[in-house]
Amino acid sequence: MTTAPLTRRKAPVSLIAIFVTIVFLAAAPFWASRGTLNMLMEALAFLALAQMWNLLAGYTGLISVGQQAWVGLGGYLFFALAMFSGLPLLIALPVAALLSGLIAFPIGWIAFRLQGAYFAIGTWVIAEVFRLIAAQFSALGGGSGISLPIDVVKSLATSRGARDMVMYYIAFGLGIGSVVIVWLMLRSKWGLAFTAIRDSEPASESIGIRIRRVKFMVYVATAASTALTGGFIFLQKLRITPDAAFSVNEWSAFIIFIVVIGGIGSIEGPILGVILFFTLRSFAADWGSWYLITLGALAIGVMLVDRQGMWSILKSRGVPVLFKTTRWFEP
Amino acid sequence: MTPHNAFLEIRNLTAFYGDFQALFGIDLTMDEGDTMAVIGANGAGKSTILRTLTGLLPSKGQDIRFAGAAIAGQPAHLIHKAGIAMVPEGRRLFPSLTVEENLSIGASGKRKGPWSLAAIYELFPDLHDRRHHGGTALSGGQQQMVAIGRALMSNPRLLLCDEISLGLSPKVIKDIYTAVPLIRARGTSMLVIEQDIAQAMAVATRVICLQEGRVSLSGRPEDLSRAEITRAYFGLEADEPDTNEPAQEML
Amino acid sequence: MEWVNVLIQGVLLGGLYALFAAGLSLMFGVMRFVNIAHGDFIVLAAYLMLSFVTFMGWHPALGIMAVVLVMGTIGYLGQRILLNRVLGKDILPPILVTFGLSIILQNGMMEVFSADSRRVSSGALDVASISLPGDLAIGAMPLLMFVVALGVLAGLHVLFFHTALGRLLRATSDDAEMVPLMGGNKAHIFALATMIASGVVAVAGIMLAMKTNFDPSAGPSRLLFAFEAVIIGGLGSLWGTLAGGVVLGVAQVVGAQIDAGFQILAGHLVFLLILVVRPQGLFARMKG
Ligand SMILES: Nc1ncnc2c1ncn2[C@@H]1O[C@H](COP(=O)(O)OP(=O)(O)O)[C@@H](O)[C@H]1O
Ligand SMILES: [Mg+2]
Repeated sequence: MTTAPLTRRKAPVSLIAIFVTIVFLAAAPFWASRGTLNMLMEALAFLALAQMWNLLAGYTGLISVGQQAWVGLGGYLFFALAMFSGLPLLIALPVAALLSGLIAFPIGWIAFRLQGAYFAIGTWVIAEVFRLIAAQFSALGGGSGISLPIDVVKSLATSRGARDMVMYYIAFGLGIGSVVIVWLMLRSKWGLAFTAIRDSEPASESIGIRIRRVKFMVYVATAASTALTGGFIFLQKLRITPDAAFSVNEWSAFIIFIVVIGGIGSIEGPILGVILFFTLRSFAADWGSWYLITLGALAIGVMLVDRQGMWSILKSRGVPVLFKTTRWFEP
Repeated sequence: MTPHNAFLEIRNLTAFYGDFQALFGIDLTMDEGDTMAVIGANGAGKSTILRTLTGLLPSKGQDIRFAGAAIAGQPAHLIHKAGIAMVPEGRRLFPSLTVEENLSIGASGKRKGPWSLAAIYELFPDLHDRRHHGGTALSGGQQQMVAIGRALMSNPRLLLCDEISLGLSPKVIKDIYTAVPLIRARGTSMLVIEQDIAQAMAVATRVICLQEGRVSLSGRPEDLSRAEITRAYFGLEADEPDTNEPAQEML
Repeated sequence: MEWVNVLIQGVLLGGLYALFAAGLSLMFGVMRFVNIAHGDFIVLAAYLMLSFVTFMGWHPALGIMAVVLVMGTIGYLGQRILLNRVLGKDILPPILVTFGLSIILQNGMMEVFSADSRRVSSGALDVASISLPGDLAIGAMPLLMFVVALGVLAGLHVLFFHTALGRLLRATSDDAEMVPLMGGNKAHIFALATMIASGVVAVAGIMLAMKTNFDPSAGPSRLLFAFEAVIIGGLGSLWGTLAGGVVLGVAQVVGAQIDAGFQILAGHLVFLLILVVRPQGLFARMKG
């Protein structure tokens, strides 16, 4: 490090913007209507899912179209624990995520036998297996699913307003937490590992093994946090069915389109993608299938024009980077 | 000789791998019937010239003229159709194809000319008996013969050979090089890359030496001294004084 | 005897799965590229058949030719116009583009044909069966499909191993970078590969349309079956896809015998099992 002359630095615009946004979101239960609050919860949960998929695909190159496996597993384990274990809901949620993480070890071990695009489809098969197995559990409603019993829901908080507030702050924690965790990770020695992965695929044997291990750990970690978000999503919905829990459209297609359209391989991309996604959705509420067709076409367009997505286009127009990830290690 | 009549003319050629610049303004001219040798240390940029020339590396905006036509920026298969074929570094045979299939596939561009399967088997009789073997089940020398035969099957006007002697025993190298006059006799000009300077000098009518992406020497073999070549090759002052003796005799 | 019957059904079903798999495998072999919309193209072919034969009243033979022709054209143009642009070292763009195509196709078919489940009737052939000694009966339709599947695979075999185009395709599979230096136009060869694969997809889709009910969302599970058959059979092996298809078909039919809800799951589980014990598949030829 060279010793630059000491100057008083103004707080960068980006930090101010981040701070204002966080305060604004944190105060949402006090300014937002119930509808807005619900929409924000959903957006924050999508943000968490998108950050996790981006970590997996954008930084370690593991393209999964089977993350619905973990959303659904998290949801189902959470429902099972909430209904049968007597654990308080706020404990059942992380326990379900932890259990999902444990299950991700053997599942990942199988999925990692496939590479590249075949890995992607393999994860999808696994999600289908989860879905079909979930439909076999009659205690959890089998194929037609089950609702969270009222008394269990009430154990979260007795009044509806208080429940909304608790749930909102869970969503807030998930959304903001996912951004912070990915950011911290990229600034730590993991960030270096990711750069190594990107730059040197067929590297030496020893590096190859270490890269594999890093990828595997990221796979397991994103599975657990995706499951945590999944548990929350179905707590908010209060009802779970195999088709909703393991929906490839909802938990893979949407998430992938969000990340890719926003900008893969950056922290800002998924944020931008979520904002775009929910904005578009509010306009396109009654477009039906055309909404999905538009999203698909947008994603294809991004791949043809600039595979780094909207964020890269904005950046090249001079929008400042919000989350610097190379503070400690200049490339 | 006016530039427009030159058979192959490359002016101020540059090439990049990402940000890394491998060639810094190479000039090269060949007449039809020439055998040009390109020599130079490992990493000097010899193969890069061939990759750019054949269109494997992007060559848009460069000044490359072949048989009167500008070929820079054309897709590789059209450059091939114009009559440039390459024996690539490391042979690159198709492992799941037999010897005969490897040879036949060289004719995919459907250029007319003297070369056919029969002509190749006449040139390299060893290959005939093994024509139904897998291309990679042969000895190194035979694989090299397949690679040369495959390139000839397109009836090229210009044959590019990238280190055909690499990894082969002196006897096998000699066998392969006996084919060179026969190939030339059928009207094919050649551009050969060689690390084996003696071999290169023996067959070449012209030679250029590369050093770190630049031409460090060019001329006719009989006009170049060993010391000049050593200097051009290694970029060092030669130890012994410049004796001005023709290089072939010394190496 | 019942189990023999079940086994025969499974094998016959495997022929269809082998056809699903052959197109996927061919494209991967030549271009190292997996078409996520593969299943949706099968369903598209099924809807084309439905449109030509049921809606427009064409003769089935004419319908079949038209579907193959249309699908082949879509394949060739789609590869040249769209997919060739995104093929490269980075595997994300082709996955994403075909994933996007999959969503577009599913929802497009939904708009055009509605979500109703459909089937193309083949009249008396639907119910005809051939009785064998020992209480065995083989449905005429499944048997015919199996024979057609074998015929298509045999046709592909001849194409690959006894024609100049097949030689080029195998060479491209070995080392695509070298092919232009042989005078081959890579963009054109890739497009031809997709065209051939789309022709196979067309036949698969026609069979799907005549065998079962289908709807616009039927594609993804066909992709998964195709993929499983490819992996079980071993990457890059044409006849391996037949073995893979048969293993998958038998697993599903046996699963269904145990419990109706167990059919698809049994197939997936056998696939995962083989992935664990023999990740290179039964007849591996190529590394993924
Ligand atoms: N694919 C590549 N990516 C990056 N650099 C390359 C690549 N191929 C060659 N180079 C570099 O370009 C320079 C010239 O290489 P090359 O033309 O292969 O040399 P040679 O004279 O040995 O044939 C070398 O410094 C080499 O390291
Ligand atoms: Mg070289």
